[in-house]
Amino acid sequence: MGHSELPLFYVFHFYFFGIVAVASAIAFVTRKSPVAAALWLVNVMFSLAAMYVLLDAHFIGAMQVLVYAGAIMVVFLFVIMLLNLGHADTLADARGMWWKLAAGFVGLALLAQVFALTRVRLPEALVLPEGTVADQVARTGAIAPVASSMFTEYLLAFEVTSVLLLAAVVGAVVLGKRKEREHAG
Amino acid sequence: MLAESLFFSAVLFTIGVVGVLTRRNAIIIFMCVELMLNAVNLTFVAFAQVYGVAGQVFVFFVMTVAAAEAAVGLAIIIALFRHRQTVNLSHINLLKG
Repeated sequence: MGHSELPLFYVFHFYFFGIVAVASAIAFVTRKSPVAAALWLVNVMFSLAAMYVLLDAHFIGAMQVLVYAGAIMVVFLFVIMLLNLGHADTLADARGMWWKLAAGFVGLALLAQVFALTRVRLPEALVLPEGTVADQVARTGAIAPVASSMFTEYLLAFEVTSVLLLAAVVGAVVLGKRKEREHAG
Repeated sequence: MLAESLFFSAVLFTIGVVGVLTRRNAIIIFMCVELMLNAVNLTFVAFAQVYGVAGQVFVFFVMTVAAAEAAVGLAIIIALFRHRQTVNLSHINLLKG
């Protein structure tokens, strides 16, 4: 991947948003208050959306802002406030020293593994010529390549997804409903 | 930018794992899982730039599954809170021997 031909503007913003994402993620796992943690996670998601745009995935970037930062995180914040969990001091939240050591060890092992995986040589036969996706986006717009693939090649998965969403809605309603018998009895 | 994307993705995923292991608040653990899903999405998008837009379609599916998971998981957390008046996982030890 020789990206020396990429403009400095592009490279600078990619690193900028990546560093913002990592810093926000560290702030997210270290905050005591759930509300502050959720807002830092929103920051991570916005930075990731910017990175998606820089990686020629404009549609996914917009979806990231709408679905993740917009919908999912609002549901999280809604539940935090519904259960009145905003106060950090009532929770002895962080685990003990041994857990932290174990987590650090697991984290280092995982990081080493993932870095080893990134050194794997990619199968050359599958690699598209450089700039193919960018050209596609420039020619047909950001949504058309994703949509044409989704509604032809992955149509079955798309339909199954609707069943999944239906099951999730029914499950959430059933779990969230108070049982009438408990109140009567 | 493939190598850089994979680097950031690996770091974000690891932060998510460490968060799951070191926190006790069920909602924060759940948000750490979301962070891990986001890290994987970044990998998908980065590879989509090299291998074609199928990776972006997969990100779309991952987002759908994450939305479903958030709905059901938060309903479970609400049910749990109703039952035990806490979301601190060290107080939820019904199955502990």
